[in-house]
Amino acid sequence: MLSLKINGEERKVDDADPSTPLLWVLRDELGLVGAKFGCGIARCGACTVLLDGAPVRSCSVPVAAAAEGEVTTIEGLADESDELTPVQQAWVDLDVAQCGYCQAGQIMAATALLARDPDPDDAAIDQAMAGNLCRCGTYTRIREAVKVAAGRAWEARKASPARDGGDPA
Amino acid sequence: MNAYDDLQSLAERMDALPIDIAPRKLSRRRFMQLTGVVGGGLMLGFTLKGREAQAASTFEPNAFIRIDADGILIHAKNPEVGQGVKTSLPMIVAEELDAAWDDVTVAQSPVDEEAFGFQMAGGSMSVPMNWDVLRQSGAAARAMLVGAAAAKLGVAASELSTRDSKVIHEASGRSLHYTELADAAAALPVPEVDSLRLKGTDEYRLLGRRITGVDNEALVRGEALFGIDQTLPGMKFATYSKCPAVGGNVVSANLDAVKALPGVVDAFAIDGNEAVGLLPGVAIVADSTWAAIRARRELKVEWDESNAASDSWSAVSAKAEELRSKPGATRPVDDGDADAALEVADKRLSAYYTYHFASHAQLEPQNCTAWSHDGIMELWAPTQLPGRGRQAVADLLSLEKAQVTVNQLRGGGGFGRRLHNDFMVEVAAIANRLDVPVKLQWTREDDMSHDTFRAGGFHQVDAGLDAEGRITAWRDRFITFSRDGQRPVSGGSLRPGVFPAGVLENCRYEQTALEWKTPCGPWRAPGSNVFGFVEQSFIHELAVAAGRDHLEVLLEMFGEPRWLAEGNPRALHTGRAAGVVKLAAEKAGWGREMPEGRALGLAFYFSHAGHIAEVADVSVDAGRKITVHRVTAAADVGPIINLSGAENQVQGSIVDGLSTMLGQSVTFEKGRVEQSNFDAYPMLRMANTPAIDVHFIESDYPPTGLGEPALPPLAPAVCNAIFTATGHRIRTMPIANEGYSIA
Ligand code: FES
Ligand code: FES
Repeated sequence: MLSLKINGEERKVDDADPSTPLLWVLRDELGLVGAKFGCGIARCGACTVLLDGAPVRSCSVPVAAAAEGEVTTIEGLADESDELTPVQQAWVDLDVAQCGYCQAGQIMAATALLARDPDPDDAAIDQAMAGNLCRCGTYTRIREAVKVAAGRAWEARKASPARDGGDPA
Repeated sequence: MNAYDDLQSLAERMDALPIDIAPRKLSRRRFMQLTGVVGGGLMLGFTLKGREAQAASTFEPNAFIRIDADGILIHAKNPEVGQGVKTSLPMIVAEELDAAWDDVTVAQSPVDEEAFGFQMAGGSMSVPMNWDVLRQSGAAARAMLVGAAAAKLGVAASELSTRDSKVIHEASGRSLHYTELADAAAALPVPEVDSLRLKGTDEYRLLGRRITGVDNEALVRGEALFGIDQTLPGMKFATYSKCPAVGGNVVSANLDAVKALPGVVDAFAIDGNEAVGLLPGVAIVADSTWAAIRARRELKVEWDESNAASDSWSAVSAKAEELRSKPGATRPVDDGDADAALEVADKRLSAYYTYHFASHAQLEPQNCTAWSHDGIMELWAPTQLPGRGRQAVADLLSLEKAQVTVNQLRGGGGFGRRLHNDFMVEVAAIANRLDVPVKLQWTREDDMSHDTFRAGGFHQVDAGLDAEGRITAWRDRFITFSRDGQRPVSGGSLRPGVFPAGVLENCRYEQTALEWKTPCGPWRAPGSNVFGFVEQSFIHELAVAAGRDHLEVLLEMFGEPRWLAEGNPRALHTGRAAGVVKLAAEKAGWGREMPEGRALGLAFYFSHAGHIAEVADVSVDAGRKITVHRVTAAADVGPIINLSGAENQVQGSIVDGLSTMLGQSVTFEKGRVEQSNFDAYPMLRMANTPAIDVHFIESDYPPTGLGEPALPPLAPAVCNAIFTATGHRIRTMPIANEGYSIA
């Protein structure tokens, strides 16, 4: 029995095989289906989740390795008041998705990027998002949404600097 | 007829649809019961009548609309696979209903073609096939709500207007919300279609606006929406292994050893059934997806390949090379005398174009959930063609259609792949042996090895110019494939009206089909996605040979504004074609000075009744690394339903076109696909995505679909730009095979 810290909660996992990819534990055992299966070989990014804040391909992370850190999935983004994060909200406002299948992974990669670099330029966005394919070709909107989200996060921090403990600058 | 032929027939009928679904005034009887528009049962019965027994307080004037005290619900009838119809089709209803979009809840409709008519995501047909019926549904409901309000307020219906889900009596300042009128409206008769007044485009309040997708909030929260997200209590998980060469039969398998593996519930072989598209294979049923995938690594199957595909790309390429100098087997187009005109031409050009097979590579690998219970087989399917899937499952299991229930789920991309319901019959065959629900999951490797591929092809094209540099002859010897030696595979059919037939006096298309066993199927803009490359590149070659401006040559070919097929508003209209070409050229700054190594390329293509022109701004370095800076697109697809969705489709088609032309190819040897996953099938990434400008000419013709037609012009626009920048003509796709890559 493994214990995982997911979206701030302890979750017990029955699967005896520690090499099971985190993706399938999330999806089949824990009912967290936001992360998607696209390739299984870390080539598409559909399964992207955050491990200690960094984007990882959960199809290629053994559950045992994930147990050592804190996992955030897309289900864990919106806060308790159920309000969408600036990234999620930008995705809705800009109508980014076509089929939407890649978008959970895109949103997780964008969330990690903005946490590390609140005001990324195009090159930084392209680089951070390079591991996430979109078969439907929504890249221009994704890039735009990252920028909109960055702007909003800035506004939000300006409005309540205490929330994340400091001046936005 | 087997399942592949069936799919091919459907694709051909979609090509033939223009005439059949041309907008027309429906008779009263046809309004109440719109049946069988196209021969062969493409469109099943449909009724605009409400359910027999309406709940007293619920207003259900037809299958699409339900209004009660709690709100307004509109059913989205067609599968959503990324083309945006779950939003755009209900918008059409809401417009005529005059419902405030914020008041509307959209629900995916049941799979029920008797109630909703033909349900399909394909052929860019969702909007054109449903435009009239959806508008009439909304308008009929609106008329009944007005009638109910007139009675309640004691005024004449003519004194009332509607807006934002309310019936308004301007004179007295009174208004009633639709939700307050549901009971009264439910008691009124459905009006005759002739009495309905539909809005003019200038009266639209909702259509043409940017509306975010109805599932977007659920999507960004990671809620269960897709086929792969389906879970049921007690559900098991399955994989299904088929012979890597299509058609191989199971001789034996180490089932006992597999059954003993951890987490495995059962393992068994399944016989094929070609009529319904079920290939033979071995199922592993387990407690989790991973347990099934893990166990599969130990599975050993002996295949009998005596009837399996032995297709080889190198063999067919050599064969085509041999055939291209000989006349083709048939002449799908033969206007004037192309041979004679070539003989007397002032200048003659000859070129050989080729392209590889391609995979759909929709991001969600095929999957499906099924449960055999209470005498029915119930499925949860991310399909583009649920009615056909339902029939195939019924046929496979010898059930009545009523004993098969299909729940439509969102598909993570379609592009035509989900028109073939192999995943549905596979899971049904597995679930039929279990008493619990089971989800079948294909891996990416399954998906890439058992696609219904976009066919590769070969074209020997010859054309002649007169002394003024006008095109006087055109001959395309098209070499494609056939499974049965007769009928070309999907994407290998030439439509009689294929451009430039219709604008050239001497135009011939010849066709020869090579034997090919691996299934091919509709792939976004079937046929057009490759014909556009050949035709629009070669027209540019001719313009260059004539020393003329490409834009001028295209406009000259279109000539006077006219329909190329008289009386068919889904045919090419040369005026609309010229309109988009001029607009794209103007917006892209056609003719402007470009820096060394950088150029604009132009292309036009007409497909799915959509007229689209694109200009690509491309630079090329010495190492054949290209940068596509910008693509400017102009489209005439009639009025726009959802501006946001429409732009998204054009942008996506352009990215898809670029991705495919650059480096995607599927090759075969011994009937086996040589690529298995995205490491060998590169997809465009964000950094390489050009800026994309989309311009619409919102003409007043009936709207046509936009899921496909913006793809075909992209490849020739880029290749024409590369030629102008470098003098190197590319005549093959993907262009990586000529050493090109993207910076
Ligand atoms: S499924 Fe993990 S990267 Fe593709
Ligand atoms: S929206 Fe379909 S894969 Fe990205």
